[in-house]
Amino acid sequence: MSTPSTSLAPAGSIPGLNEAIVRRFTLATVIWALFGFAAGTWVATLLAFPHLNMGLEGSFGRLRPVHTTGVILGFGGNALIATSFYVVQRTCMVGLWGGKRLANLFFWGYQAFLVIAISGYLMGITQSKEYAEPEWYADLLLLVVWVIYFAIFAGTIARRREPHIYVANWFYLAFIITVAVLHIVNNLAMPVAITGTKSYSAFSGVQDALIQWWYGHNMVGFFLTAGFIGIMYYFVPKQAERPIYSYRLSIVHFWALIFLYIWAGPHHLHFTSLPDWTQTLGMAFSIMLWMPSWGGMINGIMTLSGAWGKLRTDPILRFLVVAVAFYGMATFEGPLMALKSVNALSHYTDWTVGHVHSGALGWVAFVAFGALYYMVPRLWRRPLWSIRLVEWHFWIASIAIVLYITAMWVSGITQGLMWRAYDAMGFLQYSFADSVAMLHPYYVIRALGGVLYLTGGILMTINFVMTIRQPASREDKAAVSPAVTA
Amino acid sequence: MPNHATIERSLSLLSMLALLVISIGGLVEIVPLFRIETTVEKVAGMRPYSPLEQMGRNIYTREGCYLCHSQQIRPFRDEVDRYGHYSIAAESMYDHPFLWGSKRTGPDLARVGLKYSNAWHLAHLEDPRSVVPVSIMPAYAELKNRDLDLTSIPDHLTALRKVGVPYTDTQIKTAIDDAKAQASGVDADGLLARYPKARLGDFDGQPNRVTEMDALIAYLQVLGTLVDFRDARLDPGAK
Repeated sequence: MSTPSTSLAPAGSIPGLNEAIVRRFTLATVIWALFGFAAGTWVATLLAFPHLNMGLEGSFGRLRPVHTTGVILGFGGNALIATSFYVVQRTCMVGLWGGKRLANLFFWGYQAFLVIAISGYLMGITQSKEYAEPEWYADLLLLVVWVIYFAIFAGTIARRREPHIYVANWFYLAFIITVAVLHIVNNLAMPVAITGTKSYSAFSGVQDALIQWWYGHNMVGFFLTAGFIGIMYYFVPKQAERPIYSYRLSIVHFWALIFLYIWAGPHHLHFTSLPDWTQTLGMAFSIMLWMPSWGGMINGIMTLSGAWGKLRTDPILRFLVVAVAFYGMATFEGPLMALKSVNALSHYTDWTVGHVHSGALGWVAFVAFGALYYMVPRLWRRPLWSIRLVEWHFWIASIAIVLYITAMWVSGITQGLMWRAYDAMGFLQYSFADSVAMLHPYYVIRALGGVLYLTGGILMTINFVMTIRQPASREDKAAVSPAVTA
Repeated sequence: MPNHATIERSLSLLSMLALLVISIGGLVEIVPLFRIETTVEKVAGMRPYSPLEQMGRNIYTREGCYLCHSQQIRPFRDEVDRYGHYSIAAESMYDHPFLWGSKRTGPDLARVGLKYSNAWHLAHLEDPRSVVPVSIMPAYAELKNRDLDLTSIPDHLTALRKVGVPYTDTQIKTAIDDAKAQASGVDADGLLARYPKARLGDFDGQPNRVTEMDALIAYLQVLGTLVDFRDARLDPGAK
C-alpha cells in the first residue's frame, strides 16, 4: 500500500491556482467569527441579566439562532470552504474547477444565504428546527449554492495531477455530500404561500423529531467533525512538518466514522415518545462511535511524534494540537451522555450546552484558528505580524473555555439533580423556579467566558489586519509568480 | 481488505461509496417510523389545533419559545409528579413541526394547559417577574398590541392539510370565524363542535380585538389537555 504524497511544491507551480477566492473566504471566516462570538456573548449575558432584553426582536428566542447560525454556518462554514479550497488546489496540484466567476458566484451566494437567514430570525422568520432554522426560500438558495460547492470541489479533484486523492479531501467530500442529503430531507416543507415566508414541515411529531435529530446530530458529525478533520489532516502535518502518523488508521477511521455517525441521532430523543428500538440503536451506535473518533484523535496527535518540543515554542501548532485533544475529550463525553442512564440526568440541562461548547470552542474553533494562522501569511505573502499576540489569543481563549465548560457542568448537573430531588416526606424538594434562581452565578461566569473568547477573536483579527497591511517583503514579492497573478 | 488505493484513486468510486455508507443508518432508523403502525398509537381525544391555537403555535415558534421550554415529559417519577402523565406519540401527531425542544431553561410545557388561568398567563407574558420573581424569561407585552393576521388563516390550514393534517373543507371555510369565536366566546357552538375542548374567552383583556396574545394563550391553554389520561383508550375510530 503506497502512502499518498502531501505535495510540498510551491504554490507558484500550480496551474490556475485561485488564491483570491481563498483570501475572500478567509476574511469572511474572521468577520463571521467576530459576529457569531459577539452574538453568543450577548445571549449569554441576557440569560444572566434578563432585564437587558430589548423588545421582541432582541429577545433570547430570536437571537439564539443568530448566534448558532453565525458560528456554525458563518464562521464554521466559511472556514471549511476557505481551507477546503486551499487544500484541494495544493493536494491536487491544479486550480479550482469552474474558473473565477463560478467561485465568486459561490462566495456571494453563500454570504447572501447567511445574511438572508440571519436577518430573517430577527424578523421572526424561522422553521424552528434547531440548526435548520432558515425558511424554505433560504433553504432553496443554500441548496443551489451547495451544489455549486460540490461541483467546484469535485471538479477540481477530477482534474487532479496526483494519482491519489489526499485523505483531507476524503473528509471534505464526505462532508459536502452528507450535508446536502441532510439539508434536503430535513427541510422538506410546504410553504403557506409562494409569496410568503412561512412553511410547515412535511413531517409531524415522532417522525419529524427523528428526522430533525438525524439532521442535527449529523450537522455535528459531518459539518463540525468530518470537515474539520479534513482541516486537521492537512494543517497539523504541515505545521508540525511531520507526516501523518498512520495511513492505515486514517482509512479505517474514515469509513467507520462516516458509517457510524449517521446512526447516532436518536440519542437526542432518549425517553421520549420515539420508539424504544430507535433509541437503543442510537445509543449503541453512539458508544461505537467513540472508537473511530479516537482513531482520528490518535492519528492527529501522534503526528507530532518526534516534534513534541514544538508545542512549547509554536502557538499555532498548539492551537491545532489542543484542538485535537478537545476533540478527544468531547468525543468521550458524547458517548457517555448518550447512555440512557446518564442522559436521564443530563438531557434538558446546561450540561448539554457545555458539551457542545467544549467541542465547538475547543475543537472546531481552535483547529480553525490554527489553520487561519497558517494560511494568512501564505495567502498574503507577508510574515505574521505578531507571534506574541497568537500566544495571548491562545491563553485567553483557553481560559475562556475552562470558565465556560466548568460553569455549564456545575449548573447542568445541579439542574438535573434538583429536578429529581425528593424530600423525606416524598414530595419534590425544589420548585422549578428554585432551579432557575440557582443558575445566576454560573450564567455570569459563562458570559465572562464568552467575553474572553470574543477578546481572543479580536486579537486574532488585529493580528491579521496588521499582517495584511504590512508591505510585502522583497523575496516574498518574488515568490508571487505569474501563475498566481494570471 | 481490498486495496484501498483503488477507491482513493477514483473520485466517482469514493463519492458513491461515501453516499452509500452514510445512507444506511438513516434509512434503517427513519423509514420504519413511517411503516410500523405502532409508532403512533391513535388515542381518543386528539384533534387538529383550532385556527386560533394553530396561529398561537406559530407565534410560539416565531419567538423561539421552544429553545427554553420542552414539550416532552419523560416517564420518570419526578417528571410525572412535576408535569403530569408522560408524553405519548399521538399527542404530537398534528405538530408540523414537532416542538419537543432540547432544553429546559424554563419548565416543560407539554401539559401546561388549564394549569393556570388566562389572567395568570397574560400577567406572566406581559412581565414574567411580576408573577415569578426569579424568572429570567423575556417579556412579551408587545404581543398584546399586535393584531393577529386573521385573513391568512385559511391558507395556513390548507398548507397543513397538504402535509397531512385532516382539516375538512368546512373547517377551512369557517377558520376566520372560528378564530374570532374562540377569542371572544361569542357564537362558539360551531367551533366547539369542530374543535372539542377548545378553551374560549377573551384571553388578553381586550374584547374588541383578536391579538397575537389571544392566540398564544389559547395555544398554551390547549397543551396536553386533549387526551384524558384518567380514561385513556385507543381511538375506536382509528384503523
